[in-house]
Amino acid sequence: MNISKEEKLALFKKMLLIRAFEEKTEALFQQKLIPGFVHLSLGQEASTVGSCAALQPEDYIISTHRGHAHILAKGGEPRFMFAELFGKATGYCKGKGGSMHIADFSRGILGANGVVGGGFPIIVGAGFSIKLRNSQQVGMVFFGDGASNRGTFHEACNMAAVFKLPIVFVCENNGYASTSPAAKMIAGGSVAGRSRAYGIPGYITDGSNVLEVLEVVHEAVERARCGNGPSIVENETYRYKGHFEGDRQKYRSMDEIHMYRKKRDPVDKFEHHLIAEKLLTNALASQFKAEIAARIEEAVQFALNAPLPQPEDALKDLFATS
Amino acid sequence: MHRCLNPKTRLRICLQHREEIAGMGMKDMTCAQATAEALMEEMTRDDTVFILGEDLVSNGGIFCQFKGLPEKFPGRIIDTPISETSIVGCGVGAALTGMRPIIDMHFADFVTTAMDEIVNQMAKIRYMFGGQAKLPLVLWAPDGAGISAAAQHSQSLESWFVHTPGLKVVVPSEPSDVKGLLKAAVRDDDPVIFFQHKRLFNKTGLVPKEPYIIPLGKAAIKRSGIHITLITYSRMVYVCLEAAQHLAEEGIDVEVIDLRTLKPLDFALIEQSVKKTRHALVVHEACLTGGFGAEVAARIGEELFEYLEGPVVRVGAKDVPVPFSPILEQHVLPQVSDILAGVNKVLRRTRQSIDIPEIAPAQ
Repeated sequence: MNISKEEKLALFKKMLLIRAFEEKTEALFQQKLIPGFVHLSLGQEASTVGSCAALQPEDYIISTHRGHAHILAKGGEPRFMFAELFGKATGYCKGKGGSMHIADFSRGILGANGVVGGGFPIIVGAGFSIKLRNSQQVGMVFFGDGASNRGTFHEACNMAAVFKLPIVFVCENNGYASTSPAAKMIAGGSVAGRSRAYGIPGYITDGSNVLEVLEVVHEAVERARCGNGPSIVENETYRYKGHFEGDRQKYRSMDEIHMYRKKRDPVDKFEHHLIAEKLLTNALASQFKAEIAARIEEAVQFALNAPLPQPEDALKDLFATS
Repeated sequence: MHRCLNPKTRLRICLQHREEIAGMGMKDMTCAQATAEALMEEMTRDDTVFILGEDLVSNGGIFCQFKGLPEKFPGRIIDTPISETSIVGCGVGAALTGMRPIIDMHFADFVTTAMDEIVNQMAKIRYMFGGQAKLPLVLWAPDGAGISAAAQHSQSLESWFVHTPGLKVVVPSEPSDVKGLLKAAVRDDDPVIFFQHKRLFNKTGLVPKEPYIIPLGKAAIKRSGIHITLITYSRMVYVCLEAAQHLAEEGIDVEVIDLRTLKPLDFALIEQSVKKTRHALVVHEACLTGGFGAEVAARIGEELFEYLEGPVVRVGAKDVPVPFSPILEQHVLPQVSDILAGVNKVLRRTRQSIDIPEIAPAQ
């Protein structure tokens, strides 16, 4: 596929935005400005940005507990996201969802799901809906290596394949299901390899290479859009942070993390690639980073200044028809 | 001695207090036919309504509850693989993206295979996303015991879902309620768990010829009386009406409230009735402990204490799984005799002046 210079720079900027958002979130969490749990996806930017870049605005995604990047990659607004992380009234979910449950239905973001593997059946339902409405949309569900071991994965893959639904299953294999190494928990060696059982395509990508991810996911998305059914794409990626903020990570060594950061960092790799291709200069890269830092800062200020919900707002939004 | 009531007499009792359908021309049909007719009308009216589940197309559902629909709406009644978890999750995803799915649960007992989809997804998605989403779906589930289907095909699990904020729960008894409530459930913008008792599918009753809706959250008085209020729903409505007939012979005038919807609950009607009779008995087929009767009894105790002249008593199944053998099953499920004993407890009577009828197990 042909990716223009502008498109490549847009991918780069999106990766920078996600990197900056997650680093800022980490800092804000440490300052105790964010209640509850936070799961960061630092290190996984290429997987998410490459996957979402293959989608159209009207396409659907379902995200996970590690979902900030998916929301941003599908066009979510950082200011409403930070407001949600702070539990403010102007957050995406009016402070009822928090980090694990951000949704923006106006952008086809059907929500981040706190139950590992909870998104699979829901995206199949979106697939039925697309088919029954004769729409050209595609549904994409993000999941981790751990979720591929849920029964929901099998049921959803089978059903999507049986009905040739327009769905792309995107596994972001970051090496660990919470504390358990993926290699020890996945029989058969890979998630994508399970596609053979359903007679659908399965791909494994270098999840630190945004262009490779985009190319492969684009193929899967177009296949789905043309009515040829679902695919599984497994992006091999790595998370730099613990399962959650505060995770002591006794299950892996610091050396391992440093190795990935040094040799396979998706943002650095893409920056070097763009500079080598003469699509980007160091000066322009710095300018982008400064612009994004300012945008994140503005978003944080918006969220800090946002009003808290009224306590009694807890009783609203349960039913559409009372 | 077994005094069997004429079913037509009983139906007249049922229908005389039905304000939604008063004055309409009537026709006879079964609960299964009422289900199909409701969906026939709704699927004709709204092409976003579709039905997803197992074994629906060849026979119109395992209880013939969708008879005629697969032929009339090809492609909108969809047979799926045996994947209840995914089927229910599909309902959630389809409802979120512009459709009005009806999910056939096959047997209500199988909700256990999709509890995450029902409790963590369906019930919570609208709320936890701050009201952004709308989930217009019906989870249709045949429940109840009495056909020797044993422990995994006989349960009444409604109280689990009443206890989960975000769900509406409907438990109709007679054909006209089935039709009117199912149409309301399909049109509702929130998830509705619609239980239909397996032993009532062949139950006949009068249903209006003209289209009508029965709003969710409205109970109905199925027999009016002045001495005691029996609060019940689903198949137990009939058992309560039978008990009421026997009590009438003793001069005890029983009022029977069919709740029809458990959530939202029509407490106003309970209040109105209990203020009049000053005595209340709650009857359900679900097992007693932690059942919906506990909720109703507690609320009557909290809000109507000063009107009561006796304890609020509950009648429910014994706290064991539903056994297979008819003699065991009958022992576990509430019978007319249990209701009569419950009434005595409420009225603090010790004398049993009539023969207690034995209900023959279903064939």
